[in-house]
Amino acid sequence: MGFISLISIWMIPCFILIIMIAASIRKLPAYNLFVEGGKEGVKTAVSLLPFLVGMITAISILRSSGALDAFIELLAPVLEFIGFPAEVLPLALIRPISGTAALGMTTELIATYGPDSFIGTLASVMQGSTDTTLYVLTIYFGAIGIKKIRYALQAGLLADLIAILAAVFLVTMMFG
Amino acid sequence: MINWIWICMAAIGIIYAMFSGNMEAVNEAIFTSAAQAVTLAIGLISILVFWLGMMRIAEEAGILRGLARLFRPIVSRIFPDIPKDHPALGYILSNLTANMFGLGNAATPLGIKAMEEMKKLNNNSDTASRSMITFLILNTTGLTLIPTTVIGIRMQYESVSPTQIVGVTLLVTCIGTIAGLIIDRIFYYKSTWRKS
Repeated sequence: MGFISLISIWMIPCFILIIMIAASIRKLPAYNLFVEGGKEGVKTAVSLLPFLVGMITAISILRSSGALDAFIELLAPVLEFIGFPAEVLPLALIRPISGTAALGMTTELIATYGPDSFIGTLASVMQGSTDTTLYVLTIYFGAIGIKKIRYALQAGLLADLIAILAAVFLVTMMFG
Repeated sequence: MINWIWICMAAIGIIYAMFSGNMEAVNEAIFTSAAQAVTLAIGLISILVFWLGMMRIAEEAGILRGLARLFRPIVSRIFPDIPKDHPALGYILSNLTANMFGLGNAATPLGIKAMEEMKKLNNNSDTASRSMITFLILNTTGLTLIPTTVIGIRMQYESVSPTQIVGVTLLVTCIGTIAGLIIDRIFYYKSTWRKS
C-alpha cells in the first residue's frame, strides 16, 4: 500500500522532470512546443463535451427515476456473494462497448459517491485501466477491411473481464 | 449498439419515473446534469492542455522513440510471425508507446498503419492474422501509464488526492495486459490444434 501510493504521488512530477532534462539536453524550444501541443488539449476537451452531455444526462435520468437503484438492489444479493459491488456493474458492462459512455458513467459515479469513496476509486481505476474493446476492434479491422475476426472479440472481452475483476480485488484490498 | 443502450437508459428512466413518482426529480436531473457535463468538459481542458503540451515536448525530445527502442526486443517476441526488421514492428512500437502516454489521437493512425503492414504480411487476406489479434488485444487492454482524463475528473469533484489511483490503475493495466496476452496465446493454440 505504502509503496503503491508513493509511486502514485512521485510518478508524474518525476516524469515531468525527465522531460525537462531531455528537452534542455536537446536544446528544444520547450515552451513553444508545450503551447503547440496544449492546443490539441483544448480540441480534445471540446470534442468530448457533446458525448459527456448526452451520456451523463441519460444516466442521470435513469438514476433520478429510481430505476438504477432498483436494478442495483435486485442484483446486489447475487453480486455481493462473490464480492462484487453492484454499483459499478453498469460501468463494467459498458466499458468494453463505448469509451465515452463509460467516461460519462465514471463521472456520474464519482459525482454521486464522491471521488475518494470506495465506489469512486473503483470506478476511476476501471475507467483508467482498460480501453474500449469494441471501438478498437471496429476502427482497426474496419480500416483495413478485415471480415473474419476469428477469436479477436472473445479474447478481448475475456481480457476485459480479468482486468475488471483485478480492479475490484485490488481496490478492495487497498481502499476497502 | 451504443445508440440502443443510450435510448434504453433514457426511456427506461422516464417510464420508471411515471410509476415511481419521481418525475420531478427526473425533470430536474435533465437540466442540472447537462450543465454539470459542460462544466466538467470545460474543467478537463486544464489537465488535457497541460498533459498534451508536456507530451509534445517528450515526443520532440525523443523520449517516445527511445522507449520504443527499449521495448523492441520484448515486442518482437510477442509477435513471432513478424520478421524482426519489418516496418510493421516499428508502427506497433510507436502505437504502443503513444498509447502508454495517453496520446490516443496520435496512436490511432499509427495503429492503422501497423494493421495495414500486417495485412500485407498476411497476403492481403480479409481474415485476421495471429499478429493482428495480438496487436488488437494489446490495444484493448490499454496499457496506460497515467490515466489523465480520470485524474482530471477526480480533480473536478474535489478529490483529496486525485492521483491516488495511479499506482493501482497501473497494476490493474499490467495484469490485464499479461492476462490478455496469455488468453491470446491460448486461443491461438486452440485454433491451430483444431485445424491439424
